[in-house]
Amino acid sequence: MSRYFTKDHEWIDIDGDVGTVGITDYAQGQLGDITFVEVPGMGSTVAKGDAISVVDSVKAASDVYSPVSGTVADVNRALEAQPELVNSDAELGGWLFRIALSDPGELDALMDRAVYDAYIAGL
Amino acid sequence: MSDIPVDDDLDDAAEPLILPLDSWHRARGARMVEFAGYQMPVQYADGIIAEHQWTREHAGLFDVSHMGQLYLSGEDMDSAVEALLPIDLATLNPGQVRYSLLLDENGGILDDLMISRWESGLYLVVNGATKWDDIGHLREHLPDEITLNHLDETALLALQGPMAFAALEPLVSGDMPLSALTFMRAAAFKLGGVDAWISRSGYTGEDGFEISLPGEDAARIADLLCAHPEVKPVGLGARDSLRLEAGLPLYGHDLSPETSPVEAGLTFAINKRRRAEGGFPGAGRIVGELADGTDRKMVGVALEGRMSAREGAEVFAGAQAVGTVTSGGFSPSLNHPIAMAYVNAESAAPGTVLELDNRGRRLAARVVPMPFVPHRYFR
Repeated sequence: MSRYFTKDHEWIDIDGDVGTVGITDYAQGQLGDITFVEVPGMGSTVAKGDAISVVDSVKAASDVYSPVSGTVADVNRALEAQPELVNSDAELGGWLFRIALSDPGELDALMDRAVYDAYIAGL
Repeated sequence: MSDIPVDDDLDDAAEPLILPLDSWHRARGARMVEFAGYQMPVQYADGIIAEHQWTREHAGLFDVSHMGQLYLSGEDMDSAVEALLPIDLATLNPGQVRYSLLLDENGGILDDLMISRWESGLYLVVNGATKWDDIGHLREHLPDEITLNHLDETALLALQGPMAFAALEPLVSGDMPLSALTFMRAAAFKLGGVDAWISRSGYTGEDGFEISLPGEDAARIADLLCAHPEVKPVGLGARDSLRLEAGLPLYGHDLSPETSPVEAGLTFAINKRRRAEGGFPGAGRIVGELADGTDRKMVGVALEGRMSAREGAEVFAGAQAVGTVTSGGFSPSLNHPIAMAYVNAESAAPGTVLELDNRGRRLAARVVPMPFVPHRYFR
């Protein structure tokens, strides 16, 4: 399984033709305490870059953009009762949604861990 | 994702100013942001919700040294100040603290402030973002015989929460015991060997104290207070969520020159004698509004669900736009979002069903009485 990152601080884990998406630990640290997560509708068709989820913190509401195009295949229902999972476990248990990829070639434009770490070190 | 808050506002032309506790905050893991022209701690490592709850259950230490501390003195001071504020200074005795409003000629709110009588003068605490304008306004409108001292080398700490008294009491000595200070009273004490003007007041809805002391001693006194196991430093983020739960307005958001005290629900700040006699800025409008009511009113709003509505969100009653949110956010104590909004008078009654627009989504809400969380002052 390989993981990619966006400049907007989403991560995506690829397993076959399905990607699991969340926000990075760096992003949750910047947002502060997360109080609500709105996940996308199951089965909805999304294009790369669409704002399809909202993470609301004590400071501000932030859109989450889909890193790839495809169809929403699953959403993390645990976040309804425990939005703070995105704070405590951003890059594993705090995942937001899964997407069946329609164009795996889009992954080529994303960053790997080393490039992303260098990117946030420069922010 | 969008809108990740950036710690430093690089676009701002003026370099932020540094307050006496700057390095003290950084050494305790504070995340510093620019606020009112100063570098200020928005939160420490525990985060806003933990700091909020700590203050409600224990005691939080807030650095509010960005606020303006002013001292007025001189002959015929009371009548000169009464020409600018709707306060009755004849009933403000030494050691009493009162909330008041700086008004423009239309009765709009230039600032809200705390005023107390201290020795032969008046001690004012005004908002940090407005203090320079306030000083200009006071200098312009007060006669030359009145001296205005800006106590800009004086720090201001707030110790707030149910354990605030227990933490502060062993450290102070004075002409009266600290227990003699009830809510909205103030006196001079020695605190850790330093002269401090201590007021039993605050901006959280909890019992607590506001402590004015020399800036050069602030770090040592903050250490002394935080040595108590019930005291932790708390940042501006939790200060905002605490004051919102307490239904206390924030100048520049809930109050402005476009709002009158009557619309804002601050009629208690228009003292009785002044209502009868007038003689303060905007008295005609304000006395009229006290008699006839206003077209719009500040209300508290409780939201269903967990998504917050924030400043600027439009308020609807059915299809009709009836107002605007001026402050909003998640209430850690109530575990749901709350907001303050100005709405048309016909939509202001508690229980009125509303919808708040959040970026195209309609959030279900209703009008509720304020404070959202009961005050626990020591009276």
